[in-house]
Amino acid sequence: MTGKRTSAGVGDSVMPKVLTVEQLRRLYGKTAAVDGISFGVGQGEIVGLLGPNGAGKTTIINMILGVLEPTSGTIRIEGADIAASRVRALERTNFAAVYAPLPGNLTVCQNLRVFGLMYGVKDLGGRIEALLEQFDLKRLRHAKCGVLSSGEQTRVSLAKAMINRPRLLLLDEPTASLDPAVASDIRMQIHEFVSRDQVGVLWTSHNMHEVADVCDRVLFLSRGRILLEGDPGALPRAHGMETLEELFIAVAREPLALRRT
Amino acid sequence: MAPFRRTAAIVLRQFYLMRGSPVRVLPIFAWVAVDIVLWGFITRYLNAIASPGFDFVPVLLGAILLWDFFTRVMHGVSIAFLEDVWSHNFLNLFASPLSIREYVGGLVFTSIATSALGLITMVVLATTVFGLSFFVYGLMLVPFLLVLFLFGIALGVFSSALVLRFGPASEWIVWPIPAFLSPFAAVFYPVSTLPPWMQKASWLLPPSYVFEGMRAIVSGGAYRGTTLLLSACLAVLYIVLASWCFTRIHRHAVRTGLLARYSAESTG
Repeated sequence: MTGKRTSAGVGDSVMPKVLTVEQLRRLYGKTAAVDGISFGVGQGEIVGLLGPNGAGKTTIINMILGVLEPTSGTIRIEGADIAASRVRALERTNFAAVYAPLPGNLTVCQNLRVFGLMYGVKDLGGRIEALLEQFDLKRLRHAKCGVLSSGEQTRVSLAKAMINRPRLLLLDEPTASLDPAVASDIRMQIHEFVSRDQVGVLWTSHNMHEVADVCDRVLFLSRGRILLEGDPGALPRAHGMETLEELFIAVAREPLALRRT
Repeated sequence: MAPFRRTAAIVLRQFYLMRGSPVRVLPIFAWVAVDIVLWGFITRYLNAIASPGFDFVPVLLGAILLWDFFTRVMHGVSIAFLEDVWSHNFLNLFASPLSIREYVGGLVFTSIATSALGLITMVVLATTVFGLSFFVYGLMLVPFLLVLFLFGIALGVFSSALVLRFGPASEWIVWPIPAFLSPFAAVFYPVSTLPPWMQKASWLLPPSYVFEGMRAIVSGGAYRGTTLLLSACLAVLYIVLASWCFTRIHRHAVRTGLLARYSAESTG
């Protein structure tokens, strides 16, 4: 167990938001992949975005990253509207996702240098060295990313995700391909990063033990809507379940039986 | 400063790719060298059997050199773009602060570097082995190269837009574009040789003006600078249209979700 942070104000509605999503909607034809959702992520807060396949998690992340246009609604990252001030918003954001590996034909160091330059990182050499150390990548610095194991690639993706010291970090199943020991280390490192830099994190995962361990708040999505929201420790009991995993299964199978609290 | 830095990141990525892979560097020199050697011997043979007084070297070898330069410029842009297609890098790039202008700028700078290497190779081979003298063309060589460069950039950006719109498999439309245009561009023969409908198409292509000018100069005739200026304006117009096209297609890809699906396997 990593141990959830207990910093005061986490999840508090009055704490400054790094991400504000309002009435976000995305239609594909007549089907709503995301159906008018609103939520926020505060400074130093880790919010879990949960839901079965097809619930709209990746669609939401893609819209926050500016690679998918919402049908309606607004997304603000530290006050910068992604539609109107894309560069300003994305300079403060970064992400890691299993479906977006770094180019396999560049080495670890080369990839970090290219993306560090793209994000305008100051003292890039020093920052790269610190991340290589933090993610135990020093011996792999000259290895091409394509030949790394999936766990090593995940660590490189996380290093890239933190290279610009983002204010908002989007993590789409960041520990999916890691063994439990490495996954635990990675969670701890993300925790330290969040606590130290007061970063807001939106975290998707299908590992409910991990979610219960790291997230300050969870949003359960079903069919593009937020079905439930709350503390991952208290939410299952509030709906007559023992664990978050039981609640997840209930949301996936019988979403109509549950409603947002 | 920030836009320049992000453009430099795109160029740096291409530099790393080439530095780490000889198979990427070799085609920059190899294909143009093969063309110059092949056409160099053809011109020698034609000089031997043709009536004395006419030199095929500046006409045919010069034409192939200029045409290959144009092709290298176009492929320089499209190959740099395809590297990001092949490595599924769009999400990493376009979810960063990088703008389309900065990205395309990076592709163009990469093409300048690769096409310059190809040009140097061709010039060295053509002059040292086959005796092609660029003094024949005089100062007009500079605007000739400039027009071909601009049109190559325009076609490179347009072909990248096609791949973005129609998916990775459409790269097979991109490779033969120069071959498809070459009959219309009158690389090896005067535009007047073409049937009227092809002549009309030919005058829409900036390279046609370059090759007409090249032949006029070699045969001792005059070539008006204003005609070449017209072709340069045409090439600039094509760059504007290609950039507009790329921007529109990128916008469409963001609106429809095509850009996200280019990399993401699931829309979970």
